[in-house]
Amino acid sequence: MQVQAKKTEEYFIKNEPFYQPVADEIQIFEAAYQQKLPVLLKGPTGCGKTRFMEHMAWRLKKPLITVSCHDDLTASDLVGRYLIQGGNTIWVDGPLARAVRTGAICYLDEIVEARKDTMVVIHPLADDRRVLPMEKLGEILEADNDFCLSISYNPGYQSVLKDLKQSTRQRFVALEFDYPSAELETAIIAKETGIEKEVAANLVKFANMTRNLKGSGLEEGASTRLLVHAAKLMHIGIVPTTACHSAISQALTDDNDMLIAVNELCSSVF
Amino acid sequence: MNSKKSLLAEEILKRLDIYLDVEFTFYHNEKHAEILADLPLTQQQYILAWVQRTASTHHELGYQFMVHIVDILKEIDSKTIEAWALHAMDAYDVKGLYPALEVIRNVNNFLQLSHEKEAGAVLEDESAVLLHFVHGLSGRKLKLEEAEQPYTDTETIFLPALVAQLENKKENFKLYKVMVAYCWAQARFGTYRINLDDEVKKSKHPEKFIALFHAVETLRLEHCLARELPGLYRQLCEIKSKLDNSLLDSQWQAINIQLGAKESTVNDTLRIVNEYLTKLEPFTPYCYQGLLKPELTAKVIQDRIDDEKKQLKNILRKLQDEFDEGKETASPQKIKSKERFDLKDIKEHNSEQDFTVELTLDGQPIAPPDNAKNLMSSILQDLGKIPDDYLVAAGDGEYDPDFFEEKEQDPDEVWKGIYHEDGAFLYNEWDFKRQNYRKNWCAVREKAVKPIYDNFVSNTMSKHRKLIKHLRKTFEAMRDDNKLLKRQTNGDEIDIDAYVEALADTSDGSEMTERLYMQMQRHERNIAVCFMVDMSGSTKGWINDAEREALILLCESLESLGDRYAIYGFSGMARKRCEIYTIKEFDDFYDDEVKARISGIEPKDYTRMGFAIRHLNKKLLDVEAKTRILITISDGKPDDYDSYRGEYGIEDTRRALVETRREGIHPYCITIDSTAKDYLPHMYGAAAYTVIDEIRELPLKVSDIYRRLTT
Repeated sequence: MQVQAKKTEEYFIKNEPFYQPVADEIQIFEAAYQQKLPVLLKGPTGCGKTRFMEHMAWRLKKPLITVSCHDDLTASDLVGRYLIQGGNTIWVDGPLARAVRTGAICYLDEIVEARKDTMVVIHPLADDRRVLPMEKLGEILEADNDFCLSISYNPGYQSVLKDLKQSTRQRFVALEFDYPSAELETAIIAKETGIEKEVAANLVKFANMTRNLKGSGLEEGASTRLLVHAAKLMHIGIVPTTACHSAISQALTDDNDMLIAVNELCSSVF
Repeated sequence: MNSKKSLLAEEILKRLDIYLDVEFTFYHNEKHAEILADLPLTQQQYILAWVQRTASTHHELGYQFMVHIVDILKEIDSKTIEAWALHAMDAYDVKGLYPALEVIRNVNNFLQLSHEKEAGAVLEDESAVLLHFVHGLSGRKLKLEEAEQPYTDTETIFLPALVAQLENKKENFKLYKVMVAYCWAQARFGTYRINLDDEVKKSKHPEKFIALFHAVETLRLEHCLARELPGLYRQLCEIKSKLDNSLLDSQWQAINIQLGAKESTVNDTLRIVNEYLTKLEPFTPYCYQGLLKPELTAKVIQDRIDDEKKQLKNILRKLQDEFDEGKETASPQKIKSKERFDLKDIKEHNSEQDFTVELTLDGQPIAPPDNAKNLMSSILQDLGKIPDDYLVAAGDGEYDPDFFEEKEQDPDEVWKGIYHEDGAFLYNEWDFKRQNYRKNWCAVREKAVKPIYDNFVSNTMSKHRKLIKHLRKTFEAMRDDNKLLKRQTNGDEIDIDAYVEALADTSDGSEMTERLYMQMQRHERNIAVCFMVDMSGSTKGWINDAEREALILLCESLESLGDRYAIYGFSGMARKRCEIYTIKEFDDFYDDEVKARISGIEPKDYTRMGFAIRHLNKKLLDVEAKTRILITISDGKPDDYDSYRGEYGIEDTRRALVETRREGIHPYCITIDSTAKDYLPHMYGAAAYTVIDEIRELPLKVSDIYRRLTT
């Protein structure tokens, strides 16, 4: 098999990623894109934010450059830095600079995880200036017309340290994501994995039970992504309770009592 | 080999007399001493030790323990003896002497129970899992409590303390689960949506009515469970096949088929009951069925309905106010019209659907907060719909902003009424004589220190002006700022020095180093510290002044350092009245109110330390930090009005500190008690305390010690 390596800005998504719209998020995103407004995706983990971005990149036929933010992500990691090659220094663009240059969609996933000083470098890009100052080069990079910035953020973490600053959040068009309604979620799981609707419906019922437990023992309920994992396991013949145990319960918690309770809930449904 | 010889009767008698305090209690131990004298030494010592431990709780308990132990010694192993004695002492703690003696006397009963417990499921052990389980099922968040028979009042599920009908723990747990699910189904599928209490009272044969109703409703709920939780229903059938005669006669079978319809509700049950009241006998209740308590439940429901209506209206009012704030030019007509809220049912409601509705305000959908969602779902469970008059925001007269404050009981209120432990945190206490915990022994309440706005703080500041300046400087120096790490393999910038060297290296033929970059490394002091300040009566006078001054100086220092800190005072009188005084919580800013609270610290009652340590441990564990420190500032030994003095107090405090260290918290003690060297090393360990000889030095020393501790 031949593996092809492509630069991120040249990588286009060819096949339509399956995305089931819940409301009018696609239209809003398209409108924001046209008007060159940056977009903020809010929502709990695994509810389809990243999939939505992939879908939009496919729809708009633009490359998608995704940066997963972590707590050591510095501004240079986004903008770029000098590297030494032989006896010379060369400048290497960071992913954000590359997107700005080439007119790609830059998606900063879980932006709050990044260092506080990192977040401000996106500010000039996220208002009507649409420029990226590159301090070390002494240059200002003007964004290509096709460039689009979007960030995601999970308001569920109620830690003060992980809050999005007002100066950042007030620059974005915000789209709120949540777990889809039971029927829609059932349809999504059935479509994504190929399991029968009834089984998918039971999975969703079980997921809603774990979501009921949010706040009274669980930090988060089972996400649509976890359900998809479990459904994929079931699809190739793993017993439902076992699949849920491995793909959902264990992923949700380490607390023993909670684990037993979640498994009991699971075995009640199937 | 003399030492291995058994004790003689006289020696045993001597010991027993001491343990049981015969000088005052006049027990006659001679006979028992003789019986014990025949036993091998290890067994003698074992029994004597346990007599001593039980007698430390109460002499009579010790005596009765000794009387009974000699009879049954051959029948039970040492583990059971321990369980038995501890159970008796727990009973003493909770219910008093007579129930405890009952446990001792009914040793056979205890033995049987302990056999049952081995195979049975015990509510105490399973309740954590069961509670999560029932919370996971949709609907109102039900509570669990213990009762003789399983039943529910639609807010709490009552379960027996022990389930042992089936052969092993696992199976018995399943039975628990089925009981919980059945009770949940009553609340979820609307058993009480009719006023059952009235129906019973109307009936000519109330007892028959309720038995028949229960039987019919059980069948209906089984169908609901089968649809909603098929896996659980399978387990239910399995258990029924073992414990019950699950075959229905033909008449019942016909009824069962009627109830199987998806849309059947409690009204169908009622109709069937009225139809067959004289024609049909209820079947023997199933093992999980428990009781129905219509009268009790009716009251609970009525209270809740009233309360929830008020709550919902208040929440809607708040929503409406927020909504109007957003757009200032709300048209006047709209404000006048009362029915601004409306519900958009996503679907018709029947019992199978989830209790979710869409709320609209002036025709626009709005997302209700979580509490409103829960409330609406609870109302839907009770009434099956949300009546229109619920959807009118509370008027000015009804509006009560207090609704949004968390309802907390005023700790002082508790003492005005009949004594109870409502709302208190309960902590175990270590009884060294018993070598075990007294369970839920201390009732701890948090109280606020009354802030006093006087010039104490400014006086202190000017009095210690120079010292504060000095402290600020030293503390600022402790702040770790970001560090530029040079010569790294990767980093944000090129390290020119390293690069020049590297180029020089390459020109004379050496290999070029990879360490050419600089990296900014952040250093964070990730410390949370909790100060526990003695507010006992003995601090009255200048000790109290010194403590307060020390706290002011400390706060000034810590503010410049940036560590997270909290300050609590502690005092109390006897175990039922342990008090923690909040002076500054971790999230509070060091503002005028905190300063006024420090100024308001005043001597209260006694020095019970164990509970305070345990409570503050919990507080510290809630804070995210790499290092957690608990610093006690005290003026003497642990001491309280009841038995909490001398060795008992010291041992409990020591135990609490052992727990502290086990949680990874570092305890430290600063004391002004000059005799502290006698007991503090035992409690805190050799290096974890400081004795300050001169009270005047306390303010200076506390900050100084903190600095040393954390660098």
